[in-house]
Amino acid sequence: MRALLRRDLTLAFRSGGGFGLGLAFFLIVAILVPFAVGPENALLSKIAAGILWLGALLACLLSLDRIFALDWEDGTLDLLATAPVPLEMVCAAKALAHWLTTGLPLTLAAPVLGILLSLPPEGYVWLIASLLLGTPALSVIGTFGAALTVGIKRGGLLLSLLVLPLYVPTLIFGAEVARRGAEGLTVTTPLALMSGVSLAVIAVLPFVSALVLRVNLR
Amino acid sequence: MASIWQYANPAKFMRLSDTLLPWVSLAAALCLVGGLIWGFFFTPDDFRQGSTVKIIYLHVPAALMAINIWFMMLVASLAWFIRRQHISALAAKAAAPIGAVMTVIALLTGAIWGEPMWGTWWVWDPRLTSFLILFLFYLGYIALWEAIENPETASDLTAILCLVGSVFAVLSRYAVNFWNQGLHQGASVMRAGAIAGDTEERVSNVFAAPLFMCIAGFGLLFVALILMRTSTEIRKRRAAALMARERMS
Repeated sequence: MRALLRRDLTLAFRSGGGFGLGLAFFLIVAILVPFAVGPENALLSKIAAGILWLGALLACLLSLDRIFALDWEDGTLDLLATAPVPLEMVCAAKALAHWLTTGLPLTLAAPVLGILLSLPPEGYVWLIASLLLGTPALSVIGTFGAALTVGIKRGGLLLSLLVLPLYVPTLIFGAEVARRGAEGLTVTTPLALMSGVSLAVIAVLPFVSALVLRVNLR
Repeated sequence: MASIWQYANPAKFMRLSDTLLPWVSLAAALCLVGGLIWGFFFTPDDFRQGSTVKIIYLHVPAALMAINIWFMMLVASLAWFIRRQHISALAAKAAAPIGAVMTVIALLTGAIWGEPMWGTWWVWDPRLTSFLILFLFYLGYIALWEAIENPETASDLTAILCLVGSVFAVLSRYAVNFWNQGLHQGASVMRAGAIAGDTEERVSNVFAAPLFMCIAGFGLLFVALILMRTSTEIRKRRAAALMARERMS
């Protein structure tokens, strides 16, 4: 279990891994938005929270197909399925590794990009909090989507199509927390709802992903 | 003992659907033609909305069907998981494109009505948004069926997607409520007062009677289509099995 996590992290950090990809994409989105919508600070500070959430979500989406694809191709997944570790734990470890290599760096990079997008000072705490609590849900849901499409060649587009509607609640609540935080409103309700979604998917979806993988490996 | 599950036998199902299909189709055609003609030509224009109100006869039944077809797919997926009878999975597969089309009809008629009435084709209203999300779910479901070659695997994976998707669809429905109440009116056809005949709070009887006929027509149309499409899927499976046997020998 720990070895699997370490292996996935090492693979991600080595060149050709997915680590830099998501982060770079996030940077590009945040930097290009002011070029696209114009440099007015008032407008930017209004949409900053939403842009950062959207950028984080898309960056997550970008590296999802790497979760199982390589292991499926070289047969590692068959070995993992017959290993003494339960497949549910493998899925959880995969999701955790994905979060550590995309969600966590994105969360840490978000405040810096917040400055670029002139996010109001009150917003930083809630932006970090919402990303910290929301991105794990993105990774876990993404692992489920990756498990569904693992047997399909060039399943990248399908994976996005399947995962996108599943991301909607997290995106709405997360962006709402960040937006309300930036405007100095109370954030308790959306924050509680988003954390509820995250906890529920972390508790349930690894089991579903493992079920899906067993079907695919049959 | 006779039970509904005996029709999970494909041969029995085909026999049943072959006998039912003409009657259901006829009833659907009668209800739809009758309801639409009645609605379009023999009801008065609305006091404020003019003749645009008549799009209700397409919009409301399509929207109802869009939700109920997904619900039917959910039930069929559960039945597939519990009883492992291929016909459940095939029925769910056959229902998905119909549901997607119903969602598109609801969205399009809504837009066509919304342009003169609300002054816009589209708003990010909770009801409109959740229908868009529902449409994405339908698309993902259909695409997953198409992408997987092994039929058994495809049945299992799409059933799981349907179950997980249902939870998220409900969640999204409540999540989009978060923004505001939106422009779309609340329920005004199936109110409690409707049964008591109280027309203060709901659509007037003049419009409601042809509307119910249209809803019945859409429901019957769905039954006819699902019978037809499920039979087609069974025939496709049989053809594939025959072809596989040819190749083996």
